[in-house]
Amino acid sequence: MVSDPSDVFKLLTTVKDPEIPVLNVVDMGVIRRVEIVNDIIEIDITPTYSGCPAMDVIAANVRTTLEREFSNQVKIASVMFPPWTTDWLTDDARAKLMAYGISPPEKNTADKSLLFGHREAVVCPKCQSKNTERISEFGSTACKAHYRCVDCKEPFDHFKCI
Amino acid sequence: MQKELFEYVLRIGDNALILGQRLGEWCGHGPVLEEDIALTNISLDLIGQARSFLTYAGEVEGLGRDEDKLAFFRDARDFRNILLLEQPNGDFGDTIARSFLYDHFAYLLFESLLHSNVTNIAAIAAKSIKEVTYHRRHSSEWVIRLGDGTAESHDRIQTSINNLWEYTGEMFNADTIDHVVASLGAGTDPSSLYASWKKNVAAVLLEATLEMPADDWMQKGGKQGVHSEHIGFLLAEMQHIPRTYPDAQW
Repeated sequence: MVSDPSDVFKLLTTVKDPEIPVLNVVDMGVIRRVEIVNDIIEIDITPTYSGCPAMDVIAANVRTTLEREFSNQVKIASVMFPPWTTDWLTDDARAKLMAYGISPPEKNTADKSLLFGHREAVVCPKCQSKNTERISEFGSTACKAHYRCVDCKEPFDHFKCI
Repeated sequence: MQKELFEYVLRIGDNALILGQRLGEWCGHGPVLEEDIALTNISLDLIGQARSFLTYAGEVEGLGRDEDKLAFFRDARDFRNILLLEQPNGDFGDTIARSFLYDHFAYLLFESLLHSNVTNIAAIAAKSIKEVTYHRRHSSEWVIRLGDGTAESHDRIQTSINNLWEYTGEMFNADTIDHVVASLGAGTDPSSLYASWKKNVAAVLLEATLEMPADDWMQKGGKQGVHSEHIGFLLAEMQHIPRTYPDAQW
């Protein structure tokens, strides 16, 4: 039986994102609340994108990981507000993404309302060049765009800023 | 009020569901790999939005219908999407034109629903607008690329926009349900979005060297459940597995 939510948080850092296994669910910022109320572990998770197919897998993995370690009952709720933003990715997560070959999102999600606003320079995870170009705004998963490095020619994923 | 709110939320959910299903039909058929992936990514976002809105609609209705019951066990007459979104995919330009006309509407609708006094609606709108921002940019960029492209692509995207124009009026037709929900601060009167929509669409068409079609007779009926023949075929494909095996579980 666990009584300290920080022990739960610690264990959750072992639950990986199924699509980007270099990140755990705490790095991703999808765990919004952990509380222990009357011995029940209550967890709020939030989806990255409305249709992200990883969410059900993440919820199931969170549950099995906690149930394996603790005898407490586990309650998982999905919360929509405030909506998930890439600003919640930790610095550690950004470094892990870069090392994994995914260019991390810009840190500032301010004013995306302009139809064709100026674009931030996306850094190539291979050679660190900022001389990169977008191939497609929609990549291998809902959260990524597809880019190419003009200098080293490497195609790579960019974690979209939302 | 609950009855009107249910209908109102159902309309938004059905718009996302039907366009999501249409774009999903492109899976494996995109003109290039990147666009195959883009159209299906957008489809996934829309189906995610539909899940949120339909789940909430079911809660408002209070009869125990969940997202799956609403998506898979209603017939054409009970769907509330606008006619534009059930129109067949046609060629790539037709699909882009359909999305372009809707995305500009959806962006303005969600922007205004951020101020809904119903917490659930405001929350789903806040989530959805982030996604629609990308969808709107994608379809607008393609309208410009095709319009300001070759003579062939210019003519074809112009034809697509001309053909779909008669379905744009329905987006802004307010009926009793819209009026009731808007007057309570829960939703938006869609006619209030028209001026901004027209201005934004005109700006993209201008850059694309395309003509904005003249407003003529406008089709309507989808919001009240009176649909074109196309929706039956769409629903047959979308619903046949859950209807054949109603208790099937993943």
